[in-house]
Amino acid sequence: MTPRFAVGSAVSVRRGNPPGHIRTPYYIRGKSGTVERICGEFRNPEELAYGRSGEPKQVLYRVRFVQKELWPDYIGPASDTLDVELYEHWLES
Amino acid sequence: MMDDITHSHDGPDPHAPRPDHDDTLTHHRMLEIAVRELLIEKGILTADEVREAVERMDARGPHLGAKVVAKAWADPAFKTRLLKDGSAAVEEAGVQMDQPTRLIVVENTPQIHNLVVCTLCSCYPRMVLGIPPDWYKSRAYRSRAVREPRSVLAEFGTTLPDKVTVRVHDSTADMRYLVLPMRPKGSEGLDEAKLAALVTRDSMIGVTVL
Repeated sequence: MTPRFAVGSAVSVRRGNPPGHIRTPYYIRGKSGTVERICGEFRNPEELAYGRSGEPKQVLYRVRFVQKELWPDYIGPASDTLDVELYEHWLES
Repeated sequence: MMDDITHSHDGPDPHAPRPDHDDTLTHHRMLEIAVRELLIEKGILTADEVREAVERMDARGPHLGAKVVAKAWADPAFKTRLLKDGSAAVEEAGVQMDQPTRLIVVENTPQIHNLVVCTLCSCYPRMVLGIPPDWYKSRAYRSRAVREPRSVLAEFGTTLPDKVTVRVHDSTADMRYLVLPMRPKGSEGLDEAKLAALVTRDSMIGVTVL
């Protein structure tokens, strides 16, 4: 499976709110960041949680967000960041 | 039986025996016992194998991470491998990677400080740090570490100037994180065992510095 996004690409997190076992934290949905690294392919936890195979595997990314863009009242310099692991189907360009 | 005990201390504050709290058969405890007994009854596992697995998990602890950190401080080539592929490097150092998760090691420098959290639950690099401390699993730490990391750090006694970038890592999926703390001043000339003794659990989570 070829990763859809390259390291350094700007990505946005889908704003969806599906039911079930979701590993995309609510606070990061709808936010924009940059791909920090590609972690590899892993079985989809949204499927695994219900005893299914989790196949096809999903590409997992680490996306870096700027803290001041996440929290308007963030206390700290503009360089502070937050890295979150996100599966490809949660990302859009 | 407890009632028969005449329970008094020498002090002025005699009190009734406190009830034991180890007799609460909760849903999950009952489920664990049922599944374990079934597995043993059906010959899939033995009681000894269950005991071995529990002992193996209990034996893991921050001493493993400390050994890896000390080796990285003492051996620059190992440090390079550790930062490139944490899983492979810790295995090379004798740590068993017994989970499908992978280890990412993040390095603290004079410019960058790393902090690890799992906002969703309690994902923790058990292969190198063992069982997580209770505060790591608390809702307060999990929500505040991403939202106001500098306040959380200050409460652990770690006050960082604004010229140091704080990088928070939310351990949401298949990666686990170990912070490689900065080597303390005055530790030159120490061997790996003495260096390892300087490394604390909290410094490898990133809430403190050495």
